[in-house]
Amino acid sequence: MGTKHKTPLLDDLEKGPFPSFVTEIKKAAEHSEYAQDLLGQLELSFKEKVTHWKHGGIVGVRGYGSGVIGRYSDVPEEFPGVAHFHTLRVNSPSGFFYSTKALREICEVWDKYGSGLTNMHGSTGDIILLGTKTENLEPVFAELSSRGWDLGGSGSAVRTPSCCVGQARCEWSNIDTMAITHDITHHYQDEMHRPAFPYKFKFKVAGCAIDCIASIARADMSIIGTWKGDIQIDQDEVKAYAAAGMDIQKEIVELCPTGCMSWDGSELKINNEDCNRCMHCIAKMAKALRPGPEKGATILLGSKAPIVTGALMSWVIVPFMKMEPPYEEFYDLVDRIWEWWDEYGKNRERIGELIERLGFPRFLKEVGIEPHPAMVKEPRRDPFFFWSEEDIEK
Amino acid sequence: MAELPQRQTDIGPPHYEQFLPPVIKKNYGKWIYHEELGPGYMVHVAESGDRVWTVRVASPRLLSTDTIKEICDIADKHCDGYLRFTTRNNIEFMVDDESKVEPLMKELKEKGYMIGGIGSRISNVVHTQGWVHCHSAATDASGIVKALMDELHEYFTSKDLQARVRLAVACCVNMCGAVHCSDIAIVGVHKTPPRIEHERLRNLCEIPSTVASCPTSAISPDPQKKSVKIKLEKCMYCGNCYSVCPSMPIADPKNDGVAIVVGGKVSNMRSHPMFSKLAIPWLPNNPPRWPEVVDAVRKILDAYIADARKHERVGEWIERIGWEKFFKLTNLEFKLQHVDDFTFARETWRMAATFKW
Repeated sequence: MGTKHKTPLLDDLEKGPFPSFVTEIKKAAEHSEYAQDLLGQLELSFKEKVTHWKHGGIVGVRGYGSGVIGRYSDVPEEFPGVAHFHTLRVNSPSGFFYSTKALREICEVWDKYGSGLTNMHGSTGDIILLGTKTENLEPVFAELSSRGWDLGGSGSAVRTPSCCVGQARCEWSNIDTMAITHDITHHYQDEMHRPAFPYKFKFKVAGCAIDCIASIARADMSIIGTWKGDIQIDQDEVKAYAAAGMDIQKEIVELCPTGCMSWDGSELKINNEDCNRCMHCIAKMAKALRPGPEKGATILLGSKAPIVTGALMSWVIVPFMKMEPPYEEFYDLVDRIWEWWDEYGKNRERIGELIERLGFPRFLKEVGIEPHPAMVKEPRRDPFFFWSEEDIEK
Repeated sequence: MAELPQRQTDIGPPHYEQFLPPVIKKNYGKWIYHEELGPGYMVHVAESGDRVWTVRVASPRLLSTDTIKEICDIADKHCDGYLRFTTRNNIEFMVDDESKVEPLMKELKEKGYMIGGIGSRISNVVHTQGWVHCHSAATDASGIVKALMDELHEYFTSKDLQARVRLAVACCVNMCGAVHCSDIAIVGVHKTPPRIEHERLRNLCEIPSTVASCPTSAISPDPQKKSVKIKLEKCMYCGNCYSVCPSMPIADPKNDGVAIVVGGKVSNMRSHPMFSKLAIPWLPNNPPRWPEVVDAVRKILDAYIADARKHERVGEWIERIGWEKFFKLTNLEFKLQHVDDFTFARETWRMAATFKW
């Protein structure tokens, strides 16, 4: 085993009630030199208030351009255990359900070849195996893939799609988020493992507008379940909520953003034509109200974090799409969008940024999507718009 | 390495169905309602009459295989060998009979797991790698989360809030954690421009892409040095050039720190999803416990608790009372940095004569 480092600053973070990441690294350090030297290097960062990881480094497994993030220490002489400390992104199963048998298998491989440290999960939703040497990458991949696990996305590729728990354990999910995510992931294996796009492309699938997977904030394509038709009301259950102390007027009717509800003390009425399906009433009265009968998804496009000219949230491009296998309409749309992005996108330009640069109307026209008022909050405020040849009288 | 098994490629993730607890598999798509039974457990009821009880515990996200094996032991003992993780990295244990809840919770408590995070409270904090594993981190993420949650843990385990309050930490403006739509979020920021290592840059970096990476056109070619130059007054310290070109390091231990942004949400409930907005432009990196950051979050949360209405998220509360009142109630200083001069600037200026004194 390597050197046991003194870590007074990190030790302080073992105190207190919340579970400690330092304790986790120390547990791994009992049997891993990587984790021992990670502790040492991290203590140095805490002391000097600066990271000690070098910039990038291209490493990977044969035939793949993604799934492994190269990481090297900038103080390898001091901490040889983390001289290489590469991450493998392992594609998680939809919904983050696991059998203990499967988790133990992953642990066994990782204890043999890596640091014994993981993230369950990374921000995008991969199982993150944190830290190993270059020469161990192929063995880890062979061990994992022979047991049915594959790597996720990284770089300018499709990133590992993820979803909320969906119909597995939620009564509000209008679409089968886990099946859709599984299908998309398998459909785009090549696009995920061999980066060929201008930049990253993320899919996230949420069962309803509560959006537990935060798709609207962090997916290039956000698929959010919704419905058509009337909210289903069980008036007896509404009364039961009232009897149990819920102030239906104040907590439900007055908080409805469209003012489409009324309550006279015995009957809850909803003017469904005015409902925008925000989910507030349904979420607060789960026993009494259920989404309407015709299920599908709203497809939104473009969200990303602030780097570089500011954050974007996804916006509506298809108000309603049935999301049923084999998802032909969906894949056709994605392929058309990618073709346009491939044609015009600059290096490191997300789809949302490209649409901003070239214009949403041009995107709609060239990708072949009919404009719809649901796509905008309001029409444009300025009088500067384009016409095409066929609109002009000669 | 001759004994290695045969590798397979492009097989994709395993099918989720094999990982579903039997009660989940049987009632898939047939759930009719659920009830929160306490801060850390809930029950879902299916059309068949079957029920599944879920117990949620906190996690530091960074887990050793030892801990994963321990939660597997717990799931083997109580949950037929299945468990799941949430989007916010909580661990969820599910049982199919009410009598199994109490022994499960007892063992979790005995082993030191923190039960909670369901409903109108603080759930696990979404965060990024920080100094544990990232080259562009302006701060650590796990350390801030630990310090913060040691202070606020009661809002995970027991105390009610008006609505859920989602906390997040990103260690730089790349925001791998997508903290830009959180109720209260902390983001690592730089305050000084990158330094140019001319000798390395000419061998390591592509000059056109480095120039193109700058959103404010502060970088231009320097043909004499076969490198680039920076107009310092135009740099906004985003670090995008460093992502493209490793010879432009931007980390600066004396000046790196964190900003606090508030009022974001992703849910469409009641109001539209919202971006978080700047509350505090800079606080120092003060490891291991970032006391200034923890105090500031506490202050914002206390003002919310004192003034918000039931079901109101932080962003909805601020929209109702107005930002001028937010700064008053939180006692935070409004500075020049709060006034936007970038992409969204126009939309943020007050084009009305109505505001609160």
